[in-house]
Amino acid sequence: MTSTYAHAPGFVAGDRPKIVTSRFEFSDSYTIERYLATNGYAGLRAALAQPATSVHDEVKNATVLGRGGAGFPAGTKWGLTPQEVWPRYLVVNGDESEPGTYKDRLLMERDPHQLIEGCLIACYSAGLSRCFLYIRGEMALAQERVATALNEAYAAGYVGKNILGSKFSVDIVLHWGAGAYVVGEETALIESLEGNRGMPRLKPPFFPAANGLYGQPTIVNNVETLANLPWLLCNGSEAYTAIGTKTSPGTRMVAVSGHVKRPGVFEIINGVTTFRDLLYGEEFCGGIRNDNQLKAFVPGGGSAPWFTPDQLDLPFEASQVGPAGSMLGSGAIMVMDHTTDIPAAALTLTRFYAHESCGKCTPCREGGTWLERILTRVVEGTGTDADLDQLIEVGSSICPGDFPHASNADLGLAAVPFPYKMTTICFVGPSAYAPVHSALTLFRSEFEARVTTRKRIPVTAVANSTAGYAS
Amino acid sequence: MSTTESTPDQVETEVVVDPNAVSLTINGKTVAARKGELIIAAADRTSDFIPRFCYHPRMKPVGMCRQCLVEVEGPRGPMMVVSCMTPVAEGQVVHTATEQVKKAQEGILELLLANHPLDCPVCDKGGECPLQDQAFSHGPGESRYVEEKRHYEKPIPISDLVFLDRERCILCDRCTRFASEVAGDPLISFTHRGNNTQVLTFPDEPFASYFSGNTVQICPVGALTAKPYRFKARPWDLEETQSTCTSCSVGCATVIQSSRDQVLRFQGHDNDEVNWGWLCDRGRFNFESINSENRFTTPLVRENASLVPTSWSKALEVAARTIRMAVSSKGANSVAILGGARLANEDARAWALLANNLGLTMHDAQLDDGLSTEVFHLPQATINDATSATTVILLSPDLKEELPVLYLRLRDAATKNRTRIIEFTTKASGLTRYAWKSVNYEPGAQVAAVAAALNDSEIANQMRKGNVVIVLGRANLAESSDFTAQAYNAIATAFPAVTVLPVLRRGNIRGAVAAGLASENNARSILTAASEGHIECLILLGADPLSDVPDLDLVRRALAGAQNVIAVDTFPTASTLRADVVLPAAAYAERGGTTTNLEGRILPLSQKITARGTSRPDWMIATELAEQLGADIGVESINDLTAIEVPAQALQVLSAAGISAPERNSYDLRLVVSRKMYDNAVSTVTSPSLAQLSIGAGIYLNPRDIERLGAPVGKDVKVSTSLKSVILTLHADESVLKGTAWVPFNQPGTDIRELLNANDLIVDVRVENLS
Repeated sequence: MTSTYAHAPGFVAGDRPKIVTSRFEFSDSYTIERYLATNGYAGLRAALAQPATSVHDEVKNATVLGRGGAGFPAGTKWGLTPQEVWPRYLVVNGDESEPGTYKDRLLMERDPHQLIEGCLIACYSAGLSRCFLYIRGEMALAQERVATALNEAYAAGYVGKNILGSKFSVDIVLHWGAGAYVVGEETALIESLEGNRGMPRLKPPFFPAANGLYGQPTIVNNVETLANLPWLLCNGSEAYTAIGTKTSPGTRMVAVSGHVKRPGVFEIINGVTTFRDLLYGEEFCGGIRNDNQLKAFVPGGGSAPWFTPDQLDLPFEASQVGPAGSMLGSGAIMVMDHTTDIPAAALTLTRFYAHESCGKCTPCREGGTWLERILTRVVEGTGTDADLDQLIEVGSSICPGDFPHASNADLGLAAVPFPYKMTTICFVGPSAYAPVHSALTLFRSEFEARVTTRKRIPVTAVANSTAGYAS
Repeated sequence: MSTTESTPDQVETEVVVDPNAVSLTINGKTVAARKGELIIAAADRTSDFIPRFCYHPRMKPVGMCRQCLVEVEGPRGPMMVVSCMTPVAEGQVVHTATEQVKKAQEGILELLLANHPLDCPVCDKGGECPLQDQAFSHGPGESRYVEEKRHYEKPIPISDLVFLDRERCILCDRCTRFASEVAGDPLISFTHRGNNTQVLTFPDEPFASYFSGNTVQICPVGALTAKPYRFKARPWDLEETQSTCTSCSVGCATVIQSSRDQVLRFQGHDNDEVNWGWLCDRGRFNFESINSENRFTTPLVRENASLVPTSWSKALEVAARTIRMAVSSKGANSVAILGGARLANEDARAWALLANNLGLTMHDAQLDDGLSTEVFHLPQATINDATSATTVILLSPDLKEELPVLYLRLRDAATKNRTRIIEFTTKASGLTRYAWKSVNYEPGAQVAAVAAALNDSEIANQMRKGNVVIVLGRANLAESSDFTAQAYNAIATAFPAVTVLPVLRRGNIRGAVAAGLASENNARSILTAASEGHIECLILLGADPLSDVPDLDLVRRALAGAQNVIAVDTFPTASTLRADVVLPAAAYAERGGTTTNLEGRILPLSQKITARGTSRPDWMIATELAEQLGADIGVESINDLTAIEVPAQALQVLSAAGISAPERNSYDLRLVVSRKMYDNAVSTVTSPSLAQLSIGAGIYLNPRDIERLGAPVGKDVKVSTSLKSVILTLHADESVLKGTAWVPFNQPGTDIRELLNANDLIVDVRVENLS
C-alpha cells in the first residue's frame, strides 16, 4: 500500500541526518499505522520510563533551540516558570504565517503524530496537564490531519488519562486561528486563545512563562521545536548534539522559495550547512533558476534584513548571522535573481506587514501604511527623490537608531549587527521597515532610477497666484 | 494609583526603612517612588512632563500610543521604553528629554497626526485637546504626510448621548478600556486591523452604558462628543469651579463649567475617597435641567384657585401669616415640614433652626422611601473602607441604578480581588456578576435568607477573615423596611464588628438629617396626620411627595387634608400644583455651601451662575421667613450656618418591629418595586437629553412564570391586589426571581403606587390576561 512520493515536494533523498522529516517519504506518513511502524511513540515510552527531571535534563543538554524565530533554547524556557504555581499550560504555536515560511505546515500535514508525541514529552517533562494546539486558520489540511491524528492518539491511549498506564495525564485542545499574522507572536496568540482580539501584550509584565494563558505560567513552543523531541528521547542528547555545532545542534527545517531551481523545505544541519550549500547544492535547491545571477536573498523570513551574494558562505548559525546584520528567524529563505525588481519586491513585503498590523502601536499602525503608500508611489514611478529620504525618516520612527544591514563590498558598506531598537511592542512594525531599509541600503540606485527629482515651485509663481485671488 | 503619603505622626517617629520605597533619578533629579509604581506616575510628581495619550492613572496601562517613550539606562546602554508600562526600580536612571527621546516622541506625534483631520477650528475638543496641546509642546511642528487621510462617515451616534468621529480617533484604547475595565459594559471595541483599525459598537447594540459620558471626558481628542455639549461652547470661553454632584448621595466631585451665565457642562473631578474622577450619565448631563424654561422664577400665591406671580414680600407675608395662624390656632404640631435632601447643609440648618425656634415637631427629610435615620448612628464605614474590606454585604437597592459611582467603586474592588461581595437581593443587580455569593430572596424572606447564609460555614468563614462592611439601604418600596432592619440586626448580632455604609439615596439626605431636619415623627406619620386633618400648614422643602412617597393614596389624602401647603422648590411638580404659596429656590450651581455625602463626608458646593429670576437660596428664604415671623434664628449670612453634626448616639442594632411576612398564595406573585437610573425625577425629565431614556412603566416577570401564566409578552395585563388593579405592559426578564414581579418605580405611564399601602408588609399581586 505504501509508496514513496516520486518527487516529494521538499524531500530529497540522501544520506543527510533526518530528525523531523524522516517519514516524509511515505505517502501515508500522517497515519498512526505508519507512525507506529516507524518507531512512533517510542520517544514517549522512553520519556515515561524516566523521571520528568531527567527528560528535562536531556532536552537542556541537547540545547534544542526554538525554531519559531527567536532561537531560545527550549529546555531553558521550560525552566523559567515559577515554582508551585498551578495550573500551567503548554501552548503550541502553529500559527506559522511569516512570509516564505511553510515548514510547520508540512510537519503538521505530513507527520502530525510526531508533533503530538512532542507535545506529550514536553508536558511530561514540565509537569503540564493541558496543551493547547493553535493552528493557523488558513491551514485546512493541517487542521484536518492533526485533528484526525489526535483522535487516533486518544483512541490508542497516547493522549488522555493515564497515558500508557502511567499516572501521567494530558489533554490536548485544538484551536484554529482566525487569520491574523500577528497572532504568531506568542502573547497575541495567547490573547486570541482566550477569545480576545489578537493583539500583543507588553513584556513585562506579560512574560508567558510567568503570566500567560489565563494569567497562568505558560510555555509557548513552536511546532518544529516540539517535533524534535521524539527523536531526541529515542536517541539521546549525545546523538543530537553530535549533529550540527555546539551552539546550534541538530538539524533545522528551511523553506526556500523564489528564484531557485528546486524550491521546497529541506532539513539542513544546524550551524554547518551554508547558504551557498543550500541554494546551489545539488541535494538542495540546485542553483538559481535559468542559471541566473543571485541578486539578494532574505535569510530568515520576510521580516529579516536582506543578504547579498557576499553573505553566501555564512552557515545557519545565529551567532554568525546576527553580527552579519540579519537573523535566521523562522527558517525561510526567499531568493531573488538578477531580474528582480527590487523596489517592487520590497513593496510586496511591506504591504503585507502594513496590512497585518493589529493596530495597537501607533508607529506600526500609521508608519507601516505610510511606508507602503510612499513605496507604492515610488514603484509606480510618481515618487520623488525626497520620498526616499522620507522612507528612512518614517522607518526611524519605528526603529530609532541604526538599523541592521549586511556588509557590501561593492558599496563599501560595513555590517550593522542585529538586533534593532524599536518603538513598538512586537516585531510587526519593524518588519514592515526591514525590507524597505535593506532594499534602499543595498540597491538605492534602483530606487533613484524610478523617481523624479522634485522641482521647487518658484516663489514668484506662488506670489502671482495669491495676487490673482486677491484681485 | 494612590500614593500613600506619610502622615505627620509617622514623620516624627524614628526613620524606618520602608521596604516599598524606591529611589530613582529622572533627568538628574532624585525622585522617591513606591515599588510597582510606573515611571510616568513618578515623573508626574516632578516638573518633567512626559507626553501621553493612552495612559490614564485610573486604568490599567496598555502601552498603545507609544507617546511616553523615555530612555532608561541599562547594562547595554540607554534603552527606549514606554514609561506607562515600565515600573520604577531602585537606582534607575531615566531620561525624558534627550535628543533620542525627543526624536522618538516627535516621530510618534507625527504619526498620530498623520491621519488626524486638522479640523480643530470646528472641533469641540479644540482648546482643551491633549493631542493639540502635546502637538505644540512635544510635536515636530510640521507634517511631512502628503497622502490622503483616512475617511469614515462622521460622526456616528453610538448611543443616545455620545457621538463617535472615527477620523479624529487616535486609537488610544481609553474609551474601550473604560467601558470594559471600569464600567463593565464592554459595548465598544476595536474592529478591523492595521490602518483601518477603528472603535465601533457591535451590530445593533448601542453603547448603552450608564457611564458613557466618562469616555467623552477621557477621550484625548474630539473623537467622542456628548450630545448635550456638542457645538455649545469653546473651551476658552468656559469658566469653571469645583463642586459636588448632588444627584444622589455618593457625592462625586465635579467641575461646573459655564459660559455667559449658563451652565454648559459638568466634568468629573478626581477625588481619591469618592468618585475617582468618574460620573454617571445622569449626574453628568442633568445640568440641562438648570437651564430649563420650566423653572419657578418668581414667587406665586394662590388667588381664585390659581397660582399667580407675586412679589417676594407678598409671598413671604402670606407664608408667614399661614404659619403664624396655624401655630396660634392648632399649636406647633400643626405645622409640618417634608423634605430637605435637595438643600445644601447650610440651607437645611437654617430651616432646622427655624423649625426649632417655632417648636415644630413634625418634620422629616425622607419621604417614607428610605430607612430609619438610626442607620447613621450605627458603626460607620466610608466608601474606601468598603472597597478595601475583605467582605462587603449588600443589603441594598441595585447600586448601579441608584448610586452608580458607588457601583463602580465596589465593582473595582471585586474585580481586582480585594473584596468579596455577598449580595442579598430580590432581583439580579448590576453587582450580581461580580458578587462572590448572590443570595436571592422573596420579599419578606430577607431575615430567613440572612440567617441561612450565616449558618453557611463557607460564608461565615469568609466573614471571619477580615473587615466586613454592610451596604445598607432600602431595596424594595413594596416591602416594609423593618425586614431590612431585621436582616441587618441578625448580621450585626452574629458579627458585632461589622460597620455600615448607609445608602439612603437622595442627594443631601445625610446633611439634612444631621442639620436637624428629622424629628421623631417620620414622613408617614406626618402624612397620616395631614390626611386626618391635623396639619394646618404643610411646608414642602423641595419635596414632591406625590411622585416619591410609595403610598400614593396616603399622599393624596394628606395633601387634601392639609389646610395650607407652602412649596419651596425649583420646579413645578405634581405636589407644587397643590401649593397655596410657592417660594422659588435657587437651583444647583446657583448657590454655594456644602453637602454631606452618604459617608458623612462634608463636600463643597459652589455657585457658578446667578439664580434664575428672583429665586433665592433656601437658607435665605428660611431667614427671611424667620424675620417675618419674628423668630430670631441668629442668621445674617451663610457663614452663620456651619452644619453641626448632631452628637451621634451610638447604636449597635436598629429598632425593628417583630413582623414576619405572610405565606404567598401560589397564584400570586410577590411585588418588587425599585428605581432605575432614569425615571420621572424632575432633574431627569427637565433635561432633554435624558428625558427619553427611561424604560417606562411595565411589569417584569421571570420567563418561567410567564410561561405558567400563559400571559402575552409585550401586551397589557391586569395587575391586581385584593383591593385594586392597574394595567401594565408585560415583559420577560431573566433577572427577576421566579415567584416575584418587578415594577420600576416612578416611570412614565401607569403608576404602580396605586397598589401600594404604607402599612402592608409585602404586596402580592395577581397577573391576568386582559382578553
